[in-house]
Order: sequence, then C-alpha cells, then structure tokens
Amino acid sequence: MKDTLTVGAPVIEAKGLNLTFQTGDGPVHALKDVNLTVNRGDFVSFIGPSGCGKTTFLRCVAALEHPTGGSLTVNGVSPDEARRKRAYGYVFQAAGLYPWRTIAGNIALPLEIMGFSKAEQAERIERVLDLVELKGFGKKFPWQLSGGMQQRASIARALAFDADILLMDEPFGALDEIVRDRLNEEVLKLWATTGKTIGFVTHSIPEAVYLSTKIVVMSPRPGRITDVIDSPLPKERPLDIRDSREFIEIAHRVREGLRAGHGDEV
Amino acid sequence: MREKALPVLAVLGIIVVIWYAAAVWMNSTWVYDQAERAGTTVSFAEMVPQTMAQDRPLLPPPHQVAAELWKGIAGQAVTSKRSLVYHGFVTFRGTMMGFALGIVFGVAMAVSIVRFRVMEMSVMPWAIISQTIPIVALAPMILTVANQMGIDSREVPKAIISAYLSFFPVLVSMVKGLRSPDAMQLDLLKTYNASESETFWKLRLPASMPYFFASLKVAVAAALIGTIVGELPTGAIEGLGARMLIGSQFGEPLIMWAALFAAAILAGMLILVVGVVEQMARRRMGVPA
Repeated sequence: MKDTLTVGAPVIEAKGLNLTFQTGDGPVHALKDVNLTVNRGDFVSFIGPSGCGKTTFLRCVAALEHPTGGSLTVNGVSPDEARRKRAYGYVFQAAGLYPWRTIAGNIALPLEIMGFSKAEQAERIERVLDLVELKGFGKKFPWQLSGGMQQRASIARALAFDADILLMDEPFGALDEIVRDRLNEEVLKLWATTGKTIGFVTHSIPEAVYLSTKIVVMSPRPGRITDVIDSPLPKERPLDIRDSREFIEIAHRVREGLRAGHGDEV
Repeated sequence: MREKALPVLAVLGIIVVIWYAAAVWMNSTWVYDQAERAGTTVSFAEMVPQTMAQDRPLLPPPHQVAAELWKGIAGQAVTSKRSLVYHGFVTFRGTMMGFALGIVFGVAMAVSIVRFRVMEMSVMPWAIISQTIPIVALAPMILTVANQMGIDSREVPKAIISAYLSFFPVLVSMVKGLRSPDAMQLDLLKTYNASESETFWKLRLPASMPYFFASLKVAVAAALIGTIVGELPTGAIEGLGARMLIGSQFGEPLIMWAALFAAAILAGMLILVVGVVEQMARRRMGVPA
C-alpha cells in the first residue's frame, strides 16, 4: 500500500463532519461542519481548549466514535474499514501499559492479536524499541520505567504493526516540560525516519508549532475548526527554532485563532 | 520481623490473661458448690487452683486446652479415630473440595455475569439472597436431599455446603475484577480490532487476578466453616465438626475446645498457603516485591 500511494495524496478526508452526543442534559454538538484534508506524510496538530472536539475528531478517525453526519474517509475507505486494515496506531493520553506484561510483552500485545509469528514479533519488538530509544528495556516491567519512558514504550507499541498513520491524543500532556521537549524532538525524528502521517492532539501552542506541518485550531461549543495553518518551518527543526521570528509568528497566529474562537465567551 | 511479632504477642498475652481470669470466675461455681455439699468452705486462694484442673470445666483454661490439643495431635497414631490429625485431614479434604467447587462456580458465574447483562439482572440478586439464608438451617436439608438421591458418602453434600459459602466472595470479587479495565484500555484493544474473547483473555482476566487472590483468602475460610457446619448434623463421625459436636453432646468441653483450636490452626495454615500462592502469582505478574 505504501508503494501505491504517493506522498501528498489525501489520507484523511472529512467533509461536513458532524457529531452530536445525546446526553441527559440534551444534545451536545461535539463536532460541527468539520472540513479537513490530511495528506500523506503530514504532521497535523489539533489544538484548542477542552471541549473543542479535537480528541473527538481523532477518535472518529480511529472509528472509536461514529459521526452523526457528513463523510469521513481514511485511506479512501470508511474509518471502520480502515481499522480492520490496521491503518493506524493510536497513542493515548496515559501510556496504559499492562502492568503484568514486560515492555516487550506490551509491545507484543497488538502483534499477538494480529497474528504475527513469534519470530516476527521478537524482530519487530527489537526494531521499535530501538526506534524509541528503549533498547535493552524489553525485559523490564512498566513500573521500573519513568513516565516519559512508559509513554515512549506506548509509542513503540503503536508503531509495532507498521500502520501508516499514527494518531496521538495528548501523549505528553502528563509529562514535565523537560521530558516533553526531549520527546518532541524524538517524535520529529521518528516522523522523519518512518514517513508516517501523524495526527497529534495537544493544548500546548509551542508543541503544536514545533511539531507540525499543519496546525488545526479548534474552538468549543459547538466544536469546530477556526483556522488551518500550513507551517512554513523547514522539516529539519532543532529545538532552538522556537526562538526564530517565523516560529513566533505562527505561534501568534495560533493564539489569535484560539482567542477568536473564544471571543463570545471571554 | 520483631516489630511485627510484638503487637501480635501483646494481644495474645492479653487474651490469655483474660481467658485465665474468665476460667477462674466461671469454674469457681463448681468449686463452691462442691464445698457447700461437703459442708466446708474454701478461701479464694484454695479455690483458684481447683479451677485449673477440672475434668469438665465450664471454661477450660488455656493450658488444659493446649494439653488436650497436644494429646490429640501428637499423642496417638494419625490413623486413630481420636487423633485430631485424622479428623483435621477429613475436614481439610472436604474444605479443599468445597473450595475448588466454589472457585469454579464463582468464576464461571462472574464471567457469565460480566459477559451477559441479562445474567447480572437475573442471577446476581439470587446469589446475594443465597448468602442471607443461615447455612446451619440449610445444611441438614442438603444432607437429606443428597441421601434421597442415593449419595451415601457424606463427602459430596459436605463439599456442596462448603462451596455454597465459598463461591460468593469469589463471585463478587471476580465481577469487580473483570470490570476493572478502564475505557482507555478497552479502546486500545478496539483499535487493534481485538475480538471479545481476546479482550477477555488478554485484558479482563489478567486484570482481575489481584481481585481473585484477595477473594481466595475469604473463600478458603468460608469453605472451612461450610465443611465444619456440614459435619455437625447428626450421624457425622468424622471431621473436626463432628468432634466438636461429640464434645458438646457428651459433656466433654476439653474435646470440643481442642477441636475448635485444631480448626483455627487449620484455618491459619490454609490462609497462609493461599498467601504464599498469591505472592508467587504476583511475582510472576511483575508486581514489585
């Protein structure tokens, strides 16, 4: 599949996407008229205050939620179909490693379910541990690792079965800033070496600007897109790019977008 | 170790002191009655020693119980009908059968309750009601029914009574344990397109293990109580329960108390073994020691 689809071809396409949750207090409009195209190889960040639907959109792509209106395709097929074809790996807010499995055992979990042979499992575990710089930690249990290392292991778990798309829902939200910086650098490196399409939910402006080729600014009630920014930053991004004028300008535009979305409330 | 033992020993010491005081107080009635019948009087200092070595004391003092217990355990061949080891083994065998039956039944019910909503609504209330019926009332009925069905051995009804008590803690804990995985962990498996059975074997079951082992300690004690109650109704001649009943019916408090303590020792050993098994399982599942 990787060979047939070229870089730049649309991977995620949402047209007039709507999602309304029926709750006890009446309907909640989680997503309203969301139009978005994510191309192959993009690093897309979704940023906005809580309740803006950024996580909900990601969950729709993963077929964990089902839109109530509009159309959404992943790799040209429905999200459910795409999931069956193992189109994506999902990284949650918490690492969510099974405490009774070693790190290697945790990475083996999706591989077991997807029916990889034992030998192939071992080979893949080694490869992804190397990719997230956890070589030699396979035999450790999760409690023996720091929070940042646990989240790295959970990224390795999502990478193990070679999905083209990596969906990350505030993966570093619970980590301190120093660890977060380091992991941001690593994610960029990972993205450069694997060429995956990445969807990344965050509520940190610097994180979004630093990582993304495309920043989707969202606002709440109803959850909608207020701005889509194509980042002019180069693919190669050292950490100190965050002091450059371009970076600050993009961050400013994101902040403006967030403020505009909040205008009627603040 | 010493810090742990000290509070336990302190409490034990207090119990022994209270026990001796109670024994003097309760057994003194008999001493005074004897003296009155003989037309003599006894002083307090004369009375106390006489409360310590009666044949049929109302409340045997600790050393008498200990002596009887020792006689029952080490004083005869283990195959003798008077050996507490023999009776203890009979009770142990019954307990293990009831315990195993209770685990199988409890886990099976928990699995079906977690899997099928209709089971939760139909079965769970009955499981709770079942535990409100006094087992002493139910035990003779189970024995009679088993007899009617042509089961001569007492082992089967005993195991059923024992399982009747021990399945419940396992059931309640396992329902809780199987439901312990949170939404995120379930979503994760959904993203792998995992089937219902894979979710069960790879997530729900391992996640329920801490709950399972916690329930085993309660369940093994309940199984022992069930077995002893199953040994009480008339006709039983073997087991610690039967031994207690014999002691009570023939006015031999020492036999009763020795059997009682044998049962307590058995319970302690069972809980200890379950604890060791739990430790082993925890270590295998990567829990820090």
